[in-house]
Amino acid sequence: MSPVLEAVLSLAVVIGGLFTLLGAVGLVRLPDFYSRLHAPTKASTLGVGGMLVAAMVDSFALGEPSVRELLVTLFVFLAAPVSAALLATAAFHLKLRSVAPLPEHAAADRSHRDVP
Amino acid sequence: MLTLAVWFAFTCVAAAFVLCAWRLVRGPDSADRLLALDTLYVNGLALLVLLGIHWRTPLYFEAALLIALMGFVSTAALARFATRGDAIE
Repeated sequence: MSPVLEAVLSLAVVIGGLFTLLGAVGLVRLPDFYSRLHAPTKASTLGVGGMLVAAMVDSFALGEPSVRELLVTLFVFLAAPVSAALLATAAFHLKLRSVAPLPEHAAADRSHRDVP
Repeated sequence: MLTLAVWFAFTCVAAAFVLCAWRLVRGPDSADRLLALDTLYVNGLALLVLLGIHWRTPLYFEAALLIALMGFVSTAALARFATRGDAIE
């Protein structure tokens, strides 16, 4: 394996690991559920995606090309937003509150209708 | 260099497991626990892919695909259970 290719593979693996860690840190640190939902879905998808791309290029470099990694990548990229949307629906039904302030017009509408 | 990078990524994924487990135990609401479980299966997927790179074997990718399928189905079922009260009507 050429040094340049190995450097690129290492970079992809390191980026994947860092983004996986970043997703978990966001899961712990962010203040409410809706913002916590954002961190792992994006970061973990990119993290696993980076590692899978590295694994695929590695298999080509070793002389045993396989594109099955592409299958996993595609599935993860399709599944992550869907499961995030399902979890957001579940949180909405469980009536979780967001810490973000309401936008101007929504707050005015709410005070007008006198809803708590 | 690749070995070093893979070990660095192993460390990152292990730390991510610990942080997700903290959120799973602590999580103020059931939706937070569902999200922690969802992140845990993605981390398990990352760990399997890394093991596949580390030991140079394609064997782990079948396992990774299975984990991805099972994880998505279980997350969908649990989210539906939290929303509707039952997984299958």
